[in-house]
Parts: sequence; C-alpha cells; structure tokens
Amino acid sequence: MLPEFGFGVLLVSFIVTIYSGVAAVYGVTNRSAALVESARRAQLLTFPLITISSIVLIYLLVNNRFDVAFVYEVTSKSMPTYLKVTAWWGGQAGSLLFWSWLLAVFTSAITLRKWDRDIEFLPWVIVVSAVTLAFFLGMIVFYENPFTRFWLVNGNVTPSMFSPSAVATVFSPQDGRGLNPLLRHPGMIIHPPMLYLGFVAYVVPFAFAIAALITGRTDDRWTRITRRWSLWAWLFLSFGLVLGGRWAYDVLGWGGYWGWDPVEIAAFMPWLTGTAFLHSVMIQEKRGMLKQWNMILIILTYALVIFGTFLTRSGVLSSVHSFANSPIGPFFMGFVTLTLVASIALLIWRWPLLQSETEMKSMLSREALFLLNNLLFISILVVCFWGVIYPLISELATGQKVTVGPPYYERATGPLFAGLLFLMAIAPLSAWGHSTIQTLGRALWKSFALAAVVTILLTFTYTQNIYALIGFFLVTLVLSATLHEFWRGTRARQKAQKENFFTALTSLMGRNRRRYGGYIIHISMALMAIGILGIEIFQKETQGTLSQGESLNIAQYTVTYRELASWESPGEGVNYTRSVVDIYENGIYLGQLAPRIDYYYDAQQNMTIPGQRSTFRDDLYILLIDWQPVSTIGATFKIYVNPLVNWLWIGSLLFLFGIIFAAWPDKDPADVPARRKVTRDNRQASAAD
Amino acid sequence: MKMNKFLVGFFLIMAAVVYLIASSTQASAEYFLTVDELKEKGDDAYDKSLRLSGAVLGDTIQYDPQTLTLTFEIAHVTGDNKEIEQQGGLAEVLYQAVNDPTRQRVTVVYIGPKPDLLRNEAQAIMTGKLGEDGIFYAEELLLKCPTRYEEAVPDQADS
Repeated sequence: MLPEFGFGVLLVSFIVTIYSGVAAVYGVTNRSAALVESARRAQLLTFPLITISSIVLIYLLVNNRFDVAFVYEVTSKSMPTYLKVTAWWGGQAGSLLFWSWLLAVFTSAITLRKWDRDIEFLPWVIVVSAVTLAFFLGMIVFYENPFTRFWLVNGNVTPSMFSPSAVATVFSPQDGRGLNPLLRHPGMIIHPPMLYLGFVAYVVPFAFAIAALITGRTDDRWTRITRRWSLWAWLFLSFGLVLGGRWAYDVLGWGGYWGWDPVEIAAFMPWLTGTAFLHSVMIQEKRGMLKQWNMILIILTYALVIFGTFLTRSGVLSSVHSFANSPIGPFFMGFVTLTLVASIALLIWRWPLLQSETEMKSMLSREALFLLNNLLFISILVVCFWGVIYPLISELATGQKVTVGPPYYERATGPLFAGLLFLMAIAPLSAWGHSTIQTLGRALWKSFALAAVVTILLTFTYTQNIYALIGFFLVTLVLSATLHEFWRGTRARQKAQKENFFTALTSLMGRNRRRYGGYIIHISMALMAIGILGIEIFQKETQGTLSQGESLNIAQYTVTYRELASWESPGEGVNYTRSVVDIYENGIYLGQLAPRIDYYYDAQQNMTIPGQRSTFRDDLYILLIDWQPVSTIGATFKIYVNPLVNWLWIGSLLFLFGIIFAAWPDKDPADVPARRKVTRDNRQASAAD
Repeated sequence: MKMNKFLVGFFLIMAAVVYLIASSTQASAEYFLTVDELKEKGDDAYDKSLRLSGAVLGDTIQYDPQTLTLTFEIAHVTGDNKEIEQQGGLAEVLYQAVNDPTRQRVTVVYIGPKPDLLRNEAQAIMTGKLGEDGIFYAEELLLKCPTRYEEAVPDQADS
C-alpha cells in the first residue's frame, strides 16, 4: 500500500504544480489578485506534498522493501541506516525526487518573502518555478518512478507501478544490490546534495530574471533581490565541486582529484557562468552597464544546470561515472531547448529596455577588466562545451567518433586560467570609470617587484619549469596585491579612527563584506593554484612488490613494508585487507601508514583506500595494489609524492569561508540604497564598497 | 573611436581562444573505436592515439603484481547507443559480447594498479596505441559496470 501512497502523493503534487503555473498566468492576464494568491498557495503546497512522498521513499529504503525496484537497486541489508537514507540521492529516480524536493524548498522560501515592493514579479516567478518543477515531477511520475514494484506474472518478474494482471503477485527479492561502494564515503554522501543545492538554487535568480523581462521592470531590482541567492547557489556549487575532488583523491586511488570527465565538466560549466555572473552583476549595480549580458549569463546558467543534470543522467557520453541509459534524455534536451528559445525570445523583445546607462570609457577601468574577466570565463566555458560535444559533432560530420581527453582541456584552459589569475591581481586595484597604466602601475609595482624576486629565487632553488614559474609568479602577484589591499585599507582606517590594527581590520572587513569576502576568495584561489601547480607539474610516482622488511624509495621518502592482515567484518558485508608500512624521510622515522583494500560482497567490488601523510610541502600517498594471499609476505604498492597539494584543500577551506563571509546576511539587501538614489551622505560609503 | 578599440580587443581575444581550441583539439584528438572498427583499420591504426571500448572477458584477466602488468581480452560491442537500446540495454549487450565466441577480440596490456571495477562483462574504455604485434597498449583504463545501475530485474533464484 505504501508505495502506491507515495506515488499517489507525487501525482497530486504534479497536478498541484501545473495548477499553480496555469493559475498564475491566468490570474496575471485577467488581473485577478485572488487567482494569483491561489497560485501562490498551490506553490506552497508542493513542499509538504513532495516531503511526504520523500519520507515514504526513505521509509521504504530504510526498511528493506526490496519489492520496490529502486530500493532493490540502491540498498542492501548489510548497509547501515544512514547510508540507506543517502540512497535517496544516490540512485537515478531518487535523485530526481531529491532535486524536486529542493526546488520546492527554495520556491516555498521565495514565495513566503515580503512581496509588497515587487508584487508584479510574483506571478512570473511562480510560473518559472512551476514549469521547472512540473518538468521534473513529470519525469519522475511517467519515466523514472522510484515507487515501481516487482511483480511475478507466470514465473516472470516485471517491474511496474500497478499490478500488470489479475494473477500477478508482488515479488520481493531476499536482498538488494546495494549502493555502489564508491558512494559509501562521507565525501560522496555530501557531494551530490551540495551540487544539487547549487544547481537548484540558480533556478531562483533565473525566475526573477524572466519575471523582470516579462514585466519590463528591467532595472537592477531583480539582481538585488537575488544577489544572496546567486551567492549561496555559487557557494553550494563550489563546495560540491571541491568535495567531489577531495572524494576522488581519497577514494578513487589514482592520485588525482579532477579528471576532466564529462560529468565533472557538466557541474563545472554552470559554475563558470555563475562566477562570471557574480562579477558582472556588480557592474550593473555600480554603473548600470551590461544589463543584457547579465540576462544572457543567468539564462545560460539555468540552461547549463538543466543540461548538467541531463548529462549526468542520460549516459550519452562515455564517462567514469556510470549511469544507466535512460528514456529521459530526449525530454531533457527538449526542455533545455524550449526554455532557452523562450528566454532568448523574451530577451530580444526586451533588448531595447536593457540599454547601458553609461559607456565604457577606459580599457583599464574596473568595468573593462571585469568584462575581460567575463570573457575569459566564457572562453573556458566554450572550451569545456566544445570538448564535451566534440565526439557528437565529429560523429555527425564524419561518421567517426573522435574524443578529446584531459590534455586538450589542460592545454586550452591553461592560458585562460593564467589570464584570470593576472586579472585577479590587477582588477581590484583599478578604478571605476577610468584608470591608466600610470595609476595601475603606481598601485601595483611593489607587488610586481615582489613576484619577480620570488620567481627568480624559485628558479635557483626549486624548479626551472617555465609553466610552474609563470604560475608561481602570478600566484605571488595575486597574493601580494590582495594582501596589500587589506594592509592599505586597515592602515587608512587606523589613521582615521585611531583604532588598533586588529579592530581596524575587522571593522573594515565587516563594513564591506562583499568586497573583502571577494578578496578572501581571490587569495584562496591563489592558494588552490599553488596546489594544482604542485600536483600537476611535480607529481612523482613509483611502484613495486615488496617482501616484509623491504623498502621503496621515492624523493626524500623511504617506505618499508611491515605487515598485512585480512579479515571479515561480520554484519557489514565487507572484507578488509590492511597493510602497514613504515615511512622515513631522509632516514628519519616519521610513523606508519595503513593503505588498504575493502571488498564489498553485495556489490562484488573493491575499494582502494590510500594511506596518506599530508604536509604543507607535499603528500605521501600510498596505495596497496595487491598481495599474496596465502603467505601475506609480499605486497605490491604504488606510491605518489604530490608536492604542495595540501594547499588545494587549504585554499578550498578559505574559499568557503570567503563566500560565507560575503554572503552572510547583515541587512536586508532591499535597504541598500539603489545606485540612482545616491545622496551626498552615502556616496562616500558606496565609493568604499 | 573608443568603441572600435574595444571591438579590436574583443576580436583579438576571440581569435586567440579559437586558435587555442582548434590547436588543442588537433593535438589531443583520439579516435573512438570499437573492436571491429579497429580491426577494419588494419595497418592504419598503428601508433595513433586511440580510444577503444569493448567487453572484458573475465577468464582472460591476468595480473603480474611484480611488474604491475595487467593483460586481458576484450570482445567487440557496438558503440551506438540506439543499437544498445534495441538489444536490451548495455548489460545485455555486454553479456552477449562475452558469450559469443564469433566476436572479434583484442588483447589489452596495461601497466598500473589493477582497477577495482575490472571484471567479467565490464565495459572497458581505454586510451592508448595499437602495437604492431596486434596488442593494444593502454595508457588509461576506465571501466563501467552497468549491471550496477541498469534496471535489471532480479533473478528469481535469489528468492
């Protein structure tokens, strides 16, 4: 009965969602406030409905209801309860339900806000979220139903929602197949929901953008309302990407964190447009420029979010992330095309209303550099998009499937990332409106000099690799220029307010959260770049089979094999094989590491967990590859030394701190005076912003 | 006049990006082939960077942990998604490929850790080169185990 109940509730929420969209359009065209209000309430109703449906699914997952096909596919008896819950987003049908639930959460939050100042947006925001939600619920109800059950008809097992014939009986397998062991890792438990949170949150700014286009209220009101949404969306998307990298490093056992896999790129693409949007929206708020461009960016971000969900879910592209081929692929493509065409048509219609209020005057002004930054982000997007669709295009054009791998992405994006780093150093120092080489030079020459000195020192002491040196030069430039900004601001405040250094620094940052949050993010990007340069350019590896007491040498490290044990863990369904190695640096004993292999019976799959020793200088990363089962005397190891990689994770943490700092609610963004209303008193305040 | 300056800058950057993409595509393009297509190419296939996919034959997997040399055979599977769909999904296609002795096969050699997902009926996607000895030397090895996610119906024998 329970699966039918869950499905029924889902069906009801689908109908309610469609109603809310239709009622909103009908209400606004017939000037019926009551109907719009009814649409708003219907919208609010989707949240409890989808929540109930989700609770039913979680109940089924937790209680081993293997007669439900989805439960059979993603859980097994031996899985602990918390993992069974995470199977909600670990499997295809469940993850679509999770996506819809998040969207219902966000749209409810938006629907409950104070609407008095911009009531004309409300119906259209409802329409956009209702169309999106209806699409996802429709996919679930008709094609990817997580409540489908197994039925036994004349000795055959058929999956179906309802009894396929009068003689059918419910079929319940003894045990499920279990979640992929790779997904049973803390990083993987949080990674998908973080990405989804980011994906889904971008629907909100998009909905407001469309509402602004339709109503013709194309000032920057829509960007002000959604500023925090796009920041939080960006936070979650970034966090999801970082966690994915960390998970790959900890669990996939290939000594890396990012493989330019199509599925990774699918999540990276909306991040690129989202990042460009965050920057260019500032130009609109400060200078009234790039309004058309911001619309394009948010429309692209939304399309890429849906396209990304489609890429990860359709199996069109060969990828390490194995997902089933699914009937929903064409629908996603259709939906993306439709929304893209409709949004662009709207944009063309409103194009004249979105004229810039000021003209770009100087090539070195802040807004020109921001525009250049946008151009670089979009270029990286084009590189990625081309790489992903190239196999499809080449097959259509020549009949031959030709793919491009990581070398393509590294080569093509490398100079673009370098350009972004350079901009990160100089753009914050340029002035709005007008800058010249002289003014920029005055602000930057110290940082340039420092970066040059550091680079020359590195040439003699660390490396002669030209790419690494360029990278380290740019990183030093960003770090010194940005830190110098903190220093200058604090000193100025110290002088003016007679505060001590620490008070001056904290109040300076507290009063300009967005600006200094942004600077923190720039610093963190530079730190992450150090880690990436380190592992990409200087990674060392070795491998070998050792008898007990034998050693392998790599860089300054010696790794000695001590012992190995293999045991069952009853109840967990896992067999552990754990080796112990001693590690020495230049002959000095550092301690022991325990690389191991876990074997999961339900999935019949191994998981290789590396032994890691992390320092600021490098990571020693040891994998147990194989062992001789009878004697356990010999074992094979692969060892990586990954220089500087820890800075990638340190940078990631600082990065998250920076976004939270920038996005943390201080006062209602609606209270921030609009650009046009700048009075003499707060002109100074906004000039410092 | 001002606008022109910006436009020139814009087109210069665009040209640079197009050049970057074109040259990088050319430098790292890999032909994606099935086993049949590889055999068809004959001598043309030697010493080019290729991407090859096929179904892993479990009995042929050999691993020498001393040298980390992994050897196995793969059988031809179609690369066409539509065909796969028509033949009952990837799991079914891989199962057929492994159990059909008339399919063309290629021996693959890979030096490195034995991947966790390598097993009978897995789909292997490799990047590497075909040697003159007819062996495919893989530099990169990806594996897909579709049975894990495919909506396959459970065996009744389980119950």
